[in-house]
Amino acid sequence: MAKKPQLAIDTRPWRDPSAKPFVRIRNVSKKFGDVSAVHEVSLDIYKSELFCLLGGSGSGKSTLLRMLAGFEQPTSGTIEIDGQDMTAVPPYQRPVNMMFQSYALFPHMNVEQNIAYGLKRDNMPRSEIGDRVAELLSLVKLQDYGKRKPNQLSGGQRQRVALARSLAKRPKLLLLDEPLGALDKKLREETQFELVKIQESLGVTFIVVTHDQEEAMTLATRIGVMNQGEIAMIGEPHDIYEFPNSRFVASFIGSANMVEGIVTEDEPDHVRIRSPELGCDIYVGHGVDCAPDQILWWAIRPEKMALSREKPETLNGANVTKGVVEDIGYLGDMSVYQLLLDSGKRIRVSQTNTARGNPDAITWEEQVYVTWGDSSGSVLTV
Amino acid sequence: MRRGLFLPIAATLGFAFLYLPIISLVVFSFNESDLVTVWSGFSTKWYGKLFADEQMLGAAWLSLRIAFFSATFALVLGTLCAVALVRFKRFRGRTVLAGTVSAPLVMPDVITGLAMLLLFVGMESVLGWPAGRGIVTIIIAHTTFCMAYITVVVQSRLSDLDLSLEEAAMDLGATPFRVFFDITLPIIAPALVSGWLLGFTLSLDDLVIASFVSGPGSSTLPMVIFSKIKLGVSPDVNALATIIIGVVALGVVAATIIGLRSSSKVKRA
Repeated sequence: MAKKPQLAIDTRPWRDPSAKPFVRIRNVSKKFGDVSAVHEVSLDIYKSELFCLLGGSGSGKSTLLRMLAGFEQPTSGTIEIDGQDMTAVPPYQRPVNMMFQSYALFPHMNVEQNIAYGLKRDNMPRSEIGDRVAELLSLVKLQDYGKRKPNQLSGGQRQRVALARSLAKRPKLLLLDEPLGALDKKLREETQFELVKIQESLGVTFIVVTHDQEEAMTLATRIGVMNQGEIAMIGEPHDIYEFPNSRFVASFIGSANMVEGIVTEDEPDHVRIRSPELGCDIYVGHGVDCAPDQILWWAIRPEKMALSREKPETLNGANVTKGVVEDIGYLGDMSVYQLLLDSGKRIRVSQTNTARGNPDAITWEEQVYVTWGDSSGSVLTV
Repeated sequence: MRRGLFLPIAATLGFAFLYLPIISLVVFSFNESDLVTVWSGFSTKWYGKLFADEQMLGAAWLSLRIAFFSATFALVLGTLCAVALVRFKRFRGRTVLAGTVSAPLVMPDVITGLAMLLLFVGMESVLGWPAGRGIVTIIIAHTTFCMAYITVVVQSRLSDLDLSLEEAAMDLGATPFRVFFDITLPIIAPALVSGWLLGFTLSLDDLVIASFVSGPGSSTLPMVIFSKIKLGVSPDVNALATIIIGVVALGVVAATIIGLRSSSKVKRA
């Protein structure tokens, strides 16, 4: 598992309102003809961050990245990097480098020439170029591959050459478009680790575009979830998973059980929601910005619920419902139970398999009770 | 029919159809007899006679020069045209350009030749250039129709080229001009080579268009051969044809080897 860049609590600049962002995206929109690919996106990214733009295909994340690199011009809005307005600066003059999804290694040049290409464009002296290339090759552990052509490398090696090439000019900002997308799972996990290590040791600001939420969760200091050209939520991985701000984010990240309900009690210290779909009342142990009789949604992660055969004692008869085990997915470390509730609604509950070969485990067709804590779920109004 | 027999028979027939005429031509170029179709013994005397024929050699040299310049000019224009068509998806007149650029491919040579002749005559009376018809007018006419072929060849290669390669170079600090010479040109080089060779061959081969736009004293090789054959085939034409076939075969083999190497590289990349 990759380790995130270690930022102490007090150095998380996004929590400090007076911190100056390194990349400042202001109300940026991009239209291709009539199609709006990116719509009114505003985003601040701070120095040394590893920021992930996460979204499905067509969410506008790649277009946003290409606007940062300068390959696309925003239809409206501004992009500032390190305090400089970049809107009219062509790609070859930006202090930004990009690692392409296809790696885009020049097929007619060997590894060294590929890495040196950007340095030559800066008219760096020959001896310095040699030193820099050697340094980068050792950074990505490809010392013996300098004379090979890209077609003589494996996928993982090509990925590392592409990374070395994009780091060669010591950019202030590195953009990575699905950097691990073309690697197999095993290699991807190792490479994640290396990527973070390199990012940490060089202190470069990374912006990574990915559709893989696991990748985003492990790599990122912060994640921007994109949906249909807009930013749905920005936050640390923990916030995005545990405190989603909308139904889209709750269901896009991880899996979630979502039910509709109506507010019956709205107090500053608790809320009670009646949900016929769930077959019980939901008692939420903190205040929520809502009104009595408002219809809203409540989402809970499968691992935040517990199963039992006996009806458990709960507060005011809330937060417990019952269902029949319809299906069990055994994943090794845990099992996912699919329950059919009386209302016909299906929910998923996952339980860690703590005991080995437990003969008393809950099995198919059994009627069980499901229960959860009063702050385990998220109340969502949008 | 059994599959085991069908394939060899088909292949033999195919090859015979293609190459028997050429083989017989090569064989008869070493014929001793004055009569083209009667074998009387081995000799290389027609080669000797050919190299003493000033008119034939002059025409061959003229044709080679025309082919070289036409192919080169057509390569430059055709590549520009292909870049415009592939890289710029929206500009005024794109559809017209895309349609008309391939028109010479389907236009009968007679019409192209006649049109060219009319143009040159008109230009001479209005602009005073080109004065008369000769090597310049043939080169212009050949450039025009070779360009169409080269555009098609280069266009197909260019559209296979991954755009992100050019973007990557630009991202690393290369201006669009540099990107073209550092990245685009080396990668499409095999297409340029085969395009140039194609143009060269087409120009060397052309009889009809050249007949329209040539002037006195600028008879190309195909024109000289054709006029000789009208008076009866003389065996030194066989010798000349054998030499040309040899040169072309070498060229094709070389181009194939180069093309195979670079395309397998690109595919694996």
